[in-house]
Amino acid sequence: MDFTKPTIEYADIWPLLVVFGVACAGVVIEAFVPRARRFLVQTVLAAAGLVAALVGTILVARDLEVHGDGAARGAIDVEGTVVVDGPAVFVWGLILICALGGVLLFAERRLEGGVSAFAGQAAALPGTDAERQASTRGLEHTEVYPLLMFAVAGMLLFPASNDLLTLFVALEVLSLPLYLLCGLARRRRLLSQEAALKYFMLGAFSSGFFLYGVALIYGFAGSMVFADINEAVRNDLGNQTLLLIGVGMLSVGLLFKVGAVPFHSWTPDVYQGAPTPVTAFMSAATKIAAFGAILRVFYVALGADRWTWQPMLWVVAILTMVVGAVLAVVQTDMKRMLAYSSVAHTGFLLTGVLGVQQAADLSEGEITSTQAVLFYLTTYAFALIGAFAVVTLVRDSSGEASTFVRWQGLGRRSPLVAGTFAFFLLSMAGIPLTAGFVGKWAVFTAALSAGAWPVVIAAILCSIVAVFFYVRVIVLMFFVDSGPDHGEVASVTRPSLLTSLTIAVGVAATLVLGVVPGPVLTLADHAGQFLR
Amino acid sequence: MDDVTPYVVLSGILFTIGCVGVLTRRNAIVVFMSVELMLNASNLALVAFAKQHGNLDGQIAAFFVMVVAAAEVVVGLAIIMTIFRTRRSASVDDASLLKY
Repeated sequence: MDFTKPTIEYADIWPLLVVFGVACAGVVIEAFVPRARRFLVQTVLAAAGLVAALVGTILVARDLEVHGDGAARGAIDVEGTVVVDGPAVFVWGLILICALGGVLLFAERRLEGGVSAFAGQAAALPGTDAERQASTRGLEHTEVYPLLMFAVAGMLLFPASNDLLTLFVALEVLSLPLYLLCGLARRRRLLSQEAALKYFMLGAFSSGFFLYGVALIYGFAGSMVFADINEAVRNDLGNQTLLLIGVGMLSVGLLFKVGAVPFHSWTPDVYQGAPTPVTAFMSAATKIAAFGAILRVFYVALGADRWTWQPMLWVVAILTMVVGAVLAVVQTDMKRMLAYSSVAHTGFLLTGVLGVQQAADLSEGEITSTQAVLFYLTTYAFALIGAFAVVTLVRDSSGEASTFVRWQGLGRRSPLVAGTFAFFLLSMAGIPLTAGFVGKWAVFTAALSAGAWPVVIAAILCSIVAVFFYVRVIVLMFFVDSGPDHGEVASVTRPSLLTSLTIAVGVAATLVLGVVPGPVLTLADHAGQFLR
Repeated sequence: MDDVTPYVVLSGILFTIGCVGVLTRRNAIVVFMSVELMLNASNLALVAFAKQHGNLDGQIAAFFVMVVAAAEVVVGLAIIMTIFRTRRSASVDDASLLKY
């Protein structure tokens, strides 16, 4: 038996390897660098690694090879397991920007009076002497930075996988660190631990379904590679029952990660319980990575089976928008409201997934679903990270105050912060001149050109409901007095430059993408098709 | 090509047992064991299909799944342990502070 050495195209995948390398280096630093210096070393290393990977992504994106008729650019690397093409590098760039925002928020120490938002010592039980001691000694977990980097590495690999096995491994690499990060809050630790337990249990359950789906699709096609699966579907080889059940189970795993109904129930609990910097990072970055993977799986591996999965996605998209929007209306907690609104946004993104894939099938002026979804993800990610960053600032004596009652009259006490938050909410609601409006327009037109008008009508109705609950918060902040009967009100704590920078970038991006969306739309268009 | 139907059926039964276990049991550790059973059912299916198709993809996948399952145990038991030490209970019903 011959053994051939595998070829690995380091030139194409080095952004990914940099992130993995920095994550491993972070673990070593925990072991060897004295505690006092770890914070600085870890943050600088993580930020530098992400910047290097971002530069690398841009360099890789600039010289992607053109394939076939020029619709797709890129290369299939590492023995056919990783594909570096236009959509993949676009998603990489977006994830890395979100991760940089995440590192900045993780490193914020001014809000808690000199320590980070993470538990001083996760092993010390809440309410014990050990915890108080850890707190007075000013301990903090700098392990969060390697955990974040491992999650980012998994997120980069997830939308770039070219076979089901790599997809599964990437899914777990991105999920496992997030489960841990969710449980590490400094305040309200019972809620945080409960969030971690729920996220972990449901995540493991859904990845069980995902894996069985992988096994059944492999049983159908006899190969794990996306292109071979597509070929088997096209030629109608193999057992159709295996394929049908396999696609269903695989979808469970993927839809769980983006929080689509009926797999959304973890979203509000985890978003509320997790430390807010973690919520900000994971809500944006996980969604980007998972939608990259959903597009690739459904278009590249199951593109020939479109008529099987399309009706399912129609139903899931409508359900997701309706349930997300309706439940967001009745929330009384800011983080839970944002969580349910993110469920609704998942529905809007799924609407985009239903659009036409090939630019060749479209008339002039219409946009492909890949372009629409990528643009929507860009607009939404900036607004979401910015909004959660603002939530970290609004505090009372017991830490972050996320209930609505505490936010009453915030606009009078801190007009700038409240105004910023209102701007993010307006963008999420899709008001013209904000990024969210252009994003919604993009996904709706993409879905319309594929004839999915019932979904688009549902989406427009849900957008109107969404405007209601976003505007309600704005009214609460600016036009409701904080009466004396409501007890303590929250006030804005002055953050350090790190959080301010994240919020400022979020505002700038949301404004610019709303007023001049052209360049980013062109960039998303330039990303082109998925390489098969 | 060998007939692997009995193995696939067995894996389906194991997967269902795991699934029902997750949905009905209350102890977090037992729920977690049921998840592991689901993963192992997938392994059996992967190996059976590898035999049917006469290639090694499924068998290699099974190794990867074992490693991933081991990593998941590390993370999962850590989370369950913390919860248990805080609340003196590993019942998933008791973790009910976050709702609606």
